[in-house]
Amino acid sequence: MKLKLRIWRQAGPNATGQMVDYHLDGVSEDMSFLEMLDMLNEQLTAENKEPVAFDHDCREGICGMCGVVINGVAHGGSATTTCQLHMRSFADNATIEIEPWRAGAFPVIKDLAVDRTALDRIIASGGYISSNTGAAPDAHATPAPKREADRAFDNATCIGCGACVAACPNSSGMLFTSAKITHLAMLPQGQPERYRRVKAMVAQHDAEGFGNCTNIGECSQVCPKGIPLESISQLNRDLVKSLFKGDGK
Amino acid sequence: MLTDIANQFWAEGEDIADSKAPHVDIDKVWKTRQFSARLVNPANRRKLSVIIVGTGLAGGAAAATLGEAGYNVLNFCYQDSPRRAHSIAAQGGINAAKNYRNDNDSVHRLFYDTVKGGDYRARETNVYRLAEVSAAIIDQCVAQGVPFAREYGGLLDTRSFGGVQVQRTFYARGQTGQQLLIGAYQQLERQIQAGTVKMYARHEMVELIVVDGRARGIVTRNMLNGKIESWTADAVVLATGGYGNVFFLSTNAMGCNATAIWRAHRKGAYFGNPCYTQIHPTCIPVHGDTQSKLTLMSESLRNDGRIWVPKKAEDCTKDPRQIPEEARDYYLERIYPAFGNLVPRDIASRQAKNMCDEGRGVGPAVAEKQADGSVKQVRRGVYLDFSDAINRMGQEAVANKYGNLFDMYQQITGENPYEVPMRIYPAVHYTMGGLWVDYDLQSSISGLYVCGEANFSDHGANRLGASALMQGLADGYFVLPNTINDYLADGPFRPVPANDPAVVEAVNSATERVKRLLSIQGTKSVDAFHKELGQIMWEYCGMERTEAGLKKAIGLIRELREDYWKNVRVTGVSEDFNQALERAGRVADFMELGELMCIDALHREESCGGHFRAESQTEEGEAMRHDDKFLYVAAWEWAGEGSKPILHREPLVYKAIELKQRSYK
Repeated sequence: MKLKLRIWRQAGPNATGQMVDYHLDGVSEDMSFLEMLDMLNEQLTAENKEPVAFDHDCREGICGMCGVVINGVAHGGSATTTCQLHMRSFADNATIEIEPWRAGAFPVIKDLAVDRTALDRIIASGGYISSNTGAAPDAHATPAPKREADRAFDNATCIGCGACVAACPNSSGMLFTSAKITHLAMLPQGQPERYRRVKAMVAQHDAEGFGNCTNIGECSQVCPKGIPLESISQLNRDLVKSLFKGDGK
Repeated sequence: MLTDIANQFWAEGEDIADSKAPHVDIDKVWKTRQFSARLVNPANRRKLSVIIVGTGLAGGAAAATLGEAGYNVLNFCYQDSPRRAHSIAAQGGINAAKNYRNDNDSVHRLFYDTVKGGDYRARETNVYRLAEVSAAIIDQCVAQGVPFAREYGGLLDTRSFGGVQVQRTFYARGQTGQQLLIGAYQQLERQIQAGTVKMYARHEMVELIVVDGRARGIVTRNMLNGKIESWTADAVVLATGGYGNVFFLSTNAMGCNATAIWRAHRKGAYFGNPCYTQIHPTCIPVHGDTQSKLTLMSESLRNDGRIWVPKKAEDCTKDPRQIPEEARDYYLERIYPAFGNLVPRDIASRQAKNMCDEGRGVGPAVAEKQADGSVKQVRRGVYLDFSDAINRMGQEAVANKYGNLFDMYQQITGENPYEVPMRIYPAVHYTMGGLWVDYDLQSSISGLYVCGEANFSDHGANRLGASALMQGLADGYFVLPNTINDYLADGPFRPVPANDPAVVEAVNSATERVKRLLSIQGTKSVDAFHKELGQIMWEYCGMERTEAGLKKAIGLIRELREDYWKNVRVTGVSEDFNQALERAGRVADFMELGELMCIDALHREESCGGHFRAESQTEEGEAMRHDDKFLYVAAWEWAGEGSKPILHREPLVYKAIELKQRSYK
């Protein structure tokens, strides 16, 4: 395959960026999207030019480190991660535009790499169950109904890639936040802190500069793990209930 | 004979022994040690600091737990977030001796299976402790909100894994590692919020600081701006994972590397059993030479999938659905009727290789250079077939159990595994070797502890499925937090100023290395060198090893390493986000580690677990151990650049288990 690539190049957080054109020949359709970028980088290195910076790690769709906007859609729009996108999804001689996640809360570090530490701070604000090591009762002490446990799992599959934020016109991080809230709210162990948690996490979400949810649903469309929009409804229901509880701020 | 090779490649050192495990009956060792280990009272813990490198199951769990205990923890990782450590990619499950199935499981059976699975090359006391704490791990994770698979009654579901005949593996669909890691990560974030843990993401450890014979700190490179910084503490814990990426192609994440443990090795930490590598039998076959990594298909698939190749080579190009039952060779079921498709990984891998070597492999043919220099077309793949399971359980039930794995397979290969059997082939997956540690998980450097895959201790020469998650969390939650106190009880140690000669030396050495890599300005990329190294390792130090091959590999690696320092091209500058430079440092360390792996494989003139020496096999082609000569851990000491490494032996003593030739027939 032959490709024309238009890639966002930005030397650093404060530098001005721009789209730069590259040509790549000999791409195989069995290559993953990131292997195609590796190939470009090998070519750039041979020409003594600086390779394109992009984040990636596991390359099996689970670590959440990779993620770029491809032809205007986060992760290329195939409801998978960028690393799991393969070149057989593209036509020969196609033009592919590649940009970083764009959101105020995700400053660009360099080229296609962005800073997503805001997501960690949302988890730190309350996305956990306070249970010290060694303090746990037997795992079978509290049965958890399968339906709720399955729903907890579906939400727990979030990989924290940030595609939901990149896809949202408001740059909202609500799908990410609601996935953690729903995961823990569906489990018996998550109940004691349930309403404190939702208040604290939503407050941190807002403080990080993410926008609000206006029910557009782009987030769920691009989510590699298919986190449903109804998780945001769950967040909202829990948030409203939390206002009637004295617990937390 | 042995002496000739020895003189050429390594030097003999003194025997060593673990000095920490009390000499009592095996079921009392851990309790006795917990009682004898000195404590640090809660008020004094605030005065002590611990550096932990890595945020996977071992590192993340240790950081959270030591933070809860009240120590000051500094936690480092190379990823942009602690949640991304490669533990996240583990699929199948985690073992625990809960006996929830009433199938005669017990601590002793888990211990026995693990030692046997490791082909009697693991330290007995460590493995017993692992089995003992396994049940508490499941309790701990459930309390954190880890959504394990459950049955309709609300209780936890379990399944079987390779090398065992009980159902003791707890799982969360095909994403168990992810769920366990997120559990640990949430506890870690909670401690970060509480201020007990300070997190430094995108910081790569590039040097260890040793002061007065004690590990007192590390040097990191800030990956955002290239800043080289030193950090000091009362103790250092490495939980930096395995070194499978020395093979270039592996199931490891792209960033997984050996730099932290290798730098510690160069500062005096012994390296245990470097040649013990696990080649996982069920991975998606290589598609071409631009491939960057390999993807594992969970071993859990072997519960319901049946592995076969055509009986006749001429059938190998046919559509597998057209090959009738009687023309198929379900070779694992045929050779190992007792364990069938669930034999341990090393055996399943080697048999897949044997089938393909016989010319009965499937999938595209790839040109392979033979030992005599000729080129032969070989098909490197075997079928993993679910048609029986789909007929028996229905497609929906199969999808419920393995759906995400099937989707992943289809995503990568473009083939639908519900209709066409999967094609799989072995790939490098895990390294049982790692830094040598005693029963307390302390390395041969005082104050340097090593947890998880980065140490050598629990899996012997072959790790059983679902045991890596168990070991990572056992080390992080329950072992290290109950042993490191014995060391810290002597602290706080004297403060180490930034101008201490040891700190200055470590910082300078890290800075000089970066400068040197950038100044070469050669013609070949880092990846090109890495691929060459990987080919040498896979060819000569992979699934089958021979004396001649290993000697050749050592020569080739030395030449490649020399070429590397003359011809590598690293673009960009140091004071920047520079991914080529990051890789360059890691590959430089792989070049040294690869040589040590080959030397270790050369010295071990026996086959055991994942280490298969062609010269040492039974008439049926099974691995043949030589307990009379090799019943020990090889702990290698760095002797300086250009000097032969020094071999220390830790004899393995089995009191609770009788040594046997492994049989899964």
